[in-house]
Amino acid sequence: MKANDVILQTATKVVAFIIFLFSVHIFFAGHFAPGGGFVGGLLTTAAIVLLLLAFDLKTVQKALPFDFMIVVAIGLLLALGTAAGSILFDVPFFTHAFDDFALPLFGVSSLHTAMIFDAGVYLVVVGSTITMIQAIGGDS
Amino acid sequence: MSLEFVLLIFLPLLAAVFVPILFKKLKSIHTGWFVLLVPVVLFIYYLSFLKTTMNGKVAISEIPWIPSLDISFVSYIDGLSLLFSLLITGIGALVVLYSIFYLDKNREKLNNFYVYLLMFMTAMLGIVQSDHVITLYLFWELTSISSFLLIGYWYTRDRSRFGALKSMLITIFGGLMLLGGFVLLSIMGDTYSIRELIANSAAIFEHEYFILALVLVLLGAFTKSAQFPFYIWLPDAMEAPTPVSAYLHSATMVKAGLYLVARFTPVFAASEVWIWLVTGIGLLTLFWGSFFAVKQTDLKAILAFSTVSQLGLIMSLLGAGAVSYHVEGANAALFKFAAFAAIFHLINHAMFKGSLFMVAGIVDHQTGTRDIRKLGGLMSIMPISFTVAFIGSMSMAGLPPFGGFLSKELFLKSMIALPEFELFNFATWGMIFPILAWIASVFTFVYSFYFVFKTFTGKKKPEPLPIQPKEASLGMLISPVLLAAVVVVIFFIPNLIGKAFVNPAVVATQSDLFTHPDEVGIQVSAWHGFWSPELLMTLGVIGLGLVLFLTMARWQKLYDIQPQYFSLNALYDSLLTFGEVGMNRLSRFYMTGLIRTYLIYMFSFIVLLTTASLFIQNAFVVDMDSFAPLNAYGLMTAIILVIAVCMVLFAKTRLAAIIALGAVGYSVALFFVIYKAPDLALTQLVIETVSVALFLLAFHHLPGLKRHGETMKFRLGNFIIAAAVGVMITLVALSAHSQKMIPSISQYYKDTVFTEAAGGNIVNVILVDYRGFDTLFEIAVLAIAGIGVYSMIRLRLSRKENSDESK
Repeated sequence: MKANDVILQTATKVVAFIIFLFSVHIFFAGHFAPGGGFVGGLLTTAAIVLLLLAFDLKTVQKALPFDFMIVVAIGLLLALGTAAGSILFDVPFFTHAFDDFALPLFGVSSLHTAMIFDAGVYLVVVGSTITMIQAIGGDS
Repeated sequence: MSLEFVLLIFLPLLAAVFVPILFKKLKSIHTGWFVLLVPVVLFIYYLSFLKTTMNGKVAISEIPWIPSLDISFVSYIDGLSLLFSLLITGIGALVVLYSIFYLDKNREKLNNFYVYLLMFMTAMLGIVQSDHVITLYLFWELTSISSFLLIGYWYTRDRSRFGALKSMLITIFGGLMLLGGFVLLSIMGDTYSIRELIANSAAIFEHEYFILALVLVLLGAFTKSAQFPFYIWLPDAMEAPTPVSAYLHSATMVKAGLYLVARFTPVFAASEVWIWLVTGIGLLTLFWGSFFAVKQTDLKAILAFSTVSQLGLIMSLLGAGAVSYHVEGANAALFKFAAFAAIFHLINHAMFKGSLFMVAGIVDHQTGTRDIRKLGGLMSIMPISFTVAFIGSMSMAGLPPFGGFLSKELFLKSMIALPEFELFNFATWGMIFPILAWIASVFTFVYSFYFVFKTFTGKKKPEPLPIQPKEASLGMLISPVLLAAVVVVIFFIPNLIGKAFVNPAVVATQSDLFTHPDEVGIQVSAWHGFWSPELLMTLGVIGLGLVLFLTMARWQKLYDIQPQYFSLNALYDSLLTFGEVGMNRLSRFYMTGLIRTYLIYMFSFIVLLTTASLFIQNAFVVDMDSFAPLNAYGLMTAIILVIAVCMVLFAKTRLAAIIALGAVGYSVALFFVIYKAPDLALTQLVIETVSVALFLLAFHHLPGLKRHGETMKFRLGNFIIAAAVGVMITLVALSAHSQKMIPSISQYYKDTVFTEAAGGNIVNVILVDYRGFDTLFEIAVLAIAGIGVYSMIRLRLSRKENSDESK
């Protein structure tokens, strides 16, 4: 691509972060407001896709040096681990637990194991969509 | 008896395990010698039961196999099964002895041969001793399988494989029919035991499935015993080694059907269908087989047709024996003869046919050919073989002083009696039986003479035989000589044979009439006095038979009248061809390989089934009251949606179609907004964006695809099916919406989303908590899709090779 993409690239540098932050927000808000791991993951993907469009594949790979297949694997492990963890406490598979904790920075917050499961969903969504896009895009 | 002698049935099978070891380790000794022990031991053991059965008692031994299904192996020894067991083991021993000299231990695969043979022996013993119909069927199929293996023993020959396949198809067909018959019988009689079925025969006769069961059982018996029109496998089974032909296809396996008919006579004899079918088919087979035996030029083919014919004779006698269930008074004694004659001839036939097959094998072995046109004048070279062949043939033709004469007399006597039977239209049609029997006897006479005299007498043919003929070795002659001796002995002591073997067997087939073997009380005599009709008929047979035999060359052209394509074999071949070619054509007709066609099938059937059941069940209801009021936003979005869908359909370029598809997706997201589903709307928007991007990407990168800027072609069939699917879904959706059977579960979620799950977003809480299981596997699906795309694109073999080259 020989055309000058300065405007696009500069805008992307800002917008991509906004999208990413929004996706994180959507992800964390999921339990009480619309959103969740799936949409959050897709929005993160959208941010990365925007990067891919503005820059090229190699640049993005350098900037995000993950193997996204491993991301998929970590996500699946996280989800399955959350679900299976309940067995250790002698309750049925997939029983979630939640309570309020006093955290050093955030103060008293409600923490829920469903969040960890959702994080698994998030990682799998990001990992597999980026894997697909990279695979197809890198083909040419 | 303390010993569970049912286990002895499996003795040959057990011995078969050791055959390959003996064959490999002891190469210097012919494996047959070890095998010989098995039938000899069994024969002696079964002889010890003679006393039991002669006293009218039975011996039973049982081991359960599947007790919860009431299935067990039973060895039930009465007169009939003992007679068969003795035949199987006795002739089995002789055949093994014969095969030791017939099969070369260095050239032949003896391990295969004896394993199959021993397997067959177990199967046969199992058939005749089983009292349980299911295990009887098990052994029945085992005979089919081992017979298949034995016929195909020389599997490098085409004819062997053809014959093996043919016999397999026909007998397995019959076997499956038999299974059906057995299942019906066990349903009707409420038991698997044959003895109890016989006891319940009155109830079975009343049952509506009676005729069906009868026909199915008979189909099994007729296919196995090579009755018309199923006899066609037997002549082709002659490709088997001669010991096999002698054992399976004359003395034992083909008599399994006869055994079955005899065994089930007490169950079915009350029916006229049984009597007509068994007697009629038997006589037809008798006539047909004897007529066509004269046409054959191959020694074993003559014997095969003669076996078919003789089996028909025994079958017709068994049918006539069933008549005795209906007759009382003076005539009754006549029909009791029939069952006696059947069993008596069965013994005779096993003896002389076994010896004749062995002689045919000897001739083949010593001259190199079985073609009767090339043989002749062997009498002086092979005198012992000739003597045996002569005795066997004369017994087969029914001449004194051989066993066959007695059974032929008994046979004619029974057939003459048949027209006097008054029930079931026998008075009007009955005359056909003795006439047909007589004509068949004439032909039997002709082919018996043909067999022995064309082979052994006359001039030597000028063409040299493949092997310089000489008399066979002593070992090979022992078995046929022994059998021939028995044939002669039977003539002189028929009543001893009758008392020891036949009477107990008759009691088994006519259990309603007799309780003790001594009550049968039939005396066989070689001389019935002057001018008895049987004697006159025999004289006629001899006279006409001689004339026909001497003028054979003149009337043999008669056989050429029947064209080749108009025969049962041609019918079988065309059935097979039809099966292969026709089915192939049929599947090629609808399996076009086009996904378009398969989709048409699937959609048409879904539409047909769903719509039909919707209206047949009268399930189509539209309840207008349950509809929500229409609002302007919804209406507008719907219009946009419809326009976008039409654009997808009528778009000229793919790009336009993709963009229109995006419009469809976004308007669906709009619907989610209107109907208050923020999570869905969010996801739908993002996923639509990503998928449109993917579409564009894929579209851009698809190489070599022809880009034709045309509208999709209109096809009426597609249009109709698409419209039908749309209408069907609409109808189903409407009527499903109108009939809510049970209230929704969602109230529970509303009530507990905060208290139980500490959440506020019901959708997300359902996804990760209430029903997180689904989500777990959905992300697994996503992961699989990602890996799938990656591996399809990155891990292609050709690419790998290319990259290797570039390095």
